[in-house]
Amino acid sequence: MKEIVIISGKGGTGKTSITASFAMLGGKDIVVADCDVDAADMHLLMQPDWERSEDFYSGVIAEIDQEKCIKCGKCADVCRFNAIPIIDEKYVVNTLNCEGCSYCFHVCPADAISMNEQNVGEWYISNTKADNVMVHARLGIGAENSGKLVAKVKNEAKRIADETDKQFIVVDGSPGIGCPVVSSLSGADFVVLVTEPTVSGLHDLKRVYELVKKFNIPAGCIINKADLNTKVAQQVEKFLKKEKITYIADLPYDETFTKAMTKGQTIVEYDDTNLKNIVVNSWEKIKEHTNKI
Amino acid sequence: MKIAIASGKGGTGKTTLSVNLASFLAESRKVVLCDLDVEEPNSGLFIKGKLIHREDKFKMIPEWEKDRCTLCGHCHKVCNFHAVIQLGDQIMVFPELCHSCYACSELCPVDALPMIPQKMGELKQFKKEELSFVESRLDIGQEQAVPLIAQTLEYLDKNFDDDFIKLYDAPPGTSCPVIEATKDADFVILITEPTPFGLHDLKLAVDTMRELKKDFGIIVNRHGIGNNDVLTYCQKENIPVLSKLLNDRRVAELYSRGNLIYQKIPEFKKQIENIADYILKLQKEGIR
Ligand code: SF4
Ligand code: SF4
Ligand code: SF4
Ligand code: SF4
Repeated sequence: MKEIVIISGKGGTGKTSITASFAMLGGKDIVVADCDVDAADMHLLMQPDWERSEDFYSGVIAEIDQEKCIKCGKCADVCRFNAIPIIDEKYVVNTLNCEGCSYCFHVCPADAISMNEQNVGEWYISNTKADNVMVHARLGIGAENSGKLVAKVKNEAKRIADETDKQFIVVDGSPGIGCPVVSSLSGADFVVLVTEPTVSGLHDLKRVYELVKKFNIPAGCIINKADLNTKVAQQVEKFLKKEKITYIADLPYDETFTKAMTKGQTIVEYDDTNLKNIVVNSWEKIKEHTNKI
Repeated sequence: MKIAIASGKGGTGKTTLSVNLASFLAESRKVVLCDLDVEEPNSGLFIKGKLIHREDKFKMIPEWEKDRCTLCGHCHKVCNFHAVIQLGDQIMVFPELCHSCYACSELCPVDALPMIPQKMGELKQFKKEELSFVESRLDIGQEQAVPLIAQTLEYLDKNFDDDFIKLYDAPPGTSCPVIEATKDADFVILITEPTPFGLHDLKLAVDTMRELKKDFGIIVNRHGIGNNDVLTYCQKENIPVLSKLLNDRRVAELYSRGNLIYQKIPEFKKQIENIADYILKLQKEGIR
């Protein structure tokens, strides 16, 4: 079983639309994981049945029992996150600021502080219209620990792929370079970078590739909207050569992707042979490269 | 006045709006634009200003002093993030997991874990004509954006007084970095695309802003692609739509080159002008 992770650094490059197309093409040979838990959109194209759902608990948050509190102020003194303001002469926890470090809990002389487990989201196992299983999630508002939820989604996908003897896991990764994308990348066999030929696209591609390099994972790249700026597209290609990143394909600037999305479809279901062929060939190439590893 | 420009989903035009609006406003007002998308800061690519200040930014992490340590194991028990671990007669610190809460350090009975600064990124301030621009950039391998965002906002507070219109280019999403970047804003502009993805992520962003009890309005970018569901939603939820930015390949091309758009496309300039008027009106009405 091999794990293919699709990431982009920058948002809006078409990563999810492309990943969902691969998920359609992979069909019952794969398990799908949507690790972009912060903006989980893939279900809009995969029409999952939400067969199983589970709450996800991670981390703790402080709560002050006003009956027991003797208002000594020690908790507020030690809290480095301004999470214990005084409101109406009471020490209370600001739940959005609380990082769950428990420092206040350890110093409270009156045993007035409890640390409670926090529900930070939900995760799901679904059957999709592509005849495969998809693991996905929803992160609660302002939640911390999105990296942990990402890890959970990936581990479940892995477990299912192992148990059902699937060839690949296809992962829609998170944006940025922080903890969620680190969790998305760990354990990957092949990374697909989806970029666009814009100065910001190139900038973010370089940054996220620095991270990929730290993990030592072989990578390939799809240039979306390639004809938008041929000069920057050439710079992207130059960068790929220099870093020995496999060039996979160019996709044109084309609103057909959006049209398909509006109908809840991936490009491979939509009536556009040219785009469809490019995506099909990309998927074949990616499988070939991943199998070689 | 502090205005955050945010979006549930990345790539909906947050940076385009930030840089064009800031540059336009700076023609007549005191403005500072701050890129708080510290994982992938992009605004600077459009504002090629003169560097006037740079500084490294640090977070505090514990450092083990072996000679003093009695191996009592308290630090290991105290740390909720598994960032300090006792392994046999060794104490190991994992800086990328540390939240700098100081608990291990200050609760160590023999002071064997002093907090020392570790570089997590850098902050730069630029000036382009009348526009001030501040950006912070997280070092690769650092996993937590929140401390750097918090320090950048502190820098802004210290160096720019209340006469300034402060525009924040916030990170995408709805998790902790976005909260940090929007929590002290007076008004939040959510920018979205009129597509199913755009609508889905917009709803999450709206829920987040309501949870934070923020005043906010919406800008629809690339108006005309996709469908009308976003507008219908805004109407139903009584959310003001500040503008519907045009969908035009020329905009995408200018963006791809790192150019400002309002200087080249008059229709776009008119739209930016209207958004600027809206903000100035808010300022007058006393949302400070
Ligand atoms: S758990 Fe930590 S962050 Fe939360 S209130 Fe207590 S000291 Fe502050
Ligand atoms: S440390 Fe405990 S007793 Fe003191 S103010 Fe905080 S909650 Fe109350
Ligand atoms: S708390 Fe201090 S003395 Fe105890 S094991 Fe940790 S570093 Fe050593
Ligand atoms: S400072 Fe806090 S988070 Fe960092 S190692 Fe110590 S206890 Fe853990």
